[in-house]
Amino acid sequence: MQPVATTFFFYFLSGLTLVAGILVITRRNPVHSALALILALLGQAGLYLMLYAPFVAGVQIILYAGGIMVLFLFVIMLVNIEKSQKEEQFNKQWVVGILAAVALGVLFVLVYTKGKSLFPERVAQLPEQSNTQEIAVMLYGNYMFTFEIASLLLLVAIIGAVVMAKKRI
Amino acid sequence: MVPITTLHYLVVAAALFVLGVIGVLTRRNVVIVLMSIELILNAVNLNLVAFSRIYGLHGQIFAIFVITDAAAEAAVGLGILIAFFRNKETVNMDEVDLLKW
Repeated sequence: MQPVATTFFFYFLSGLTLVAGILVITRRNPVHSALALILALLGQAGLYLMLYAPFVAGVQIILYAGGIMVLFLFVIMLVNIEKSQKEEQFNKQWVVGILAAVALGVLFVLVYTKGKSLFPERVAQLPEQSNTQEIAVMLYGNYMFTFEIASLLLLVAIIGAVVMAKKRI
Repeated sequence: MVPITTLHYLVVAAALFVLGVIGVLTRRNVVIVLMSIELILNAVNLNLVAFSRIYGLHGQIFAIFVITDAAAEAAVGLGILIAFFRNKETVNMDEVDLLKW
């Protein structure tokens, strides 16, 4: 299917993502930050759809916006946010931090514009109907070992999280 | 009308990465620092998926693995946060200074 109004949707979704990202790092209340982060994740799922990656977009919505953010909200309820909201939100080195991060961003954009010839202009026509099937074939074929390692990683993370959060071991 | 190329996506991802780095470097609340790390991981994912538009599906597979890592990292990080809050009654980054000289 031919995409419609690509330019509009690109600028709309990336603007949504970036504004939500700014809200994440500036809000005083962590709950507001979490809600803004959900908005950013959804905008990014839209960008994945525009890049012909429907499976990654679905995983992003289900796993990030549905799973990880619920975890965040539960932990925010467990810790005392009333006290931390009255305190200073930014640390003492915030000017240096922002300068360093902006310098990093300028470096990125410089590399991207100078090294334009490294990125081919052509785009591969990825089939969108069979995207999930092809990902499954690669995941269980080429990337079998990595897949198993990932399951091991999740097991370790589960045990680690329980051990960390337990009162006495 | 300028057509949307891979470069556009890369610039958006770079901006998102910078926002995440600013969050990590300047905020005191640990919960928001963890959220900023999620922003950074998402910027990397956007890069991977944008390049998978050119070079085939490998980038999307890597994006899925990065999402798995993000889930594991969030679980362990929030567990550490709960343990830290139980010991110190605070969620501020700069009060974790036991190892400071």
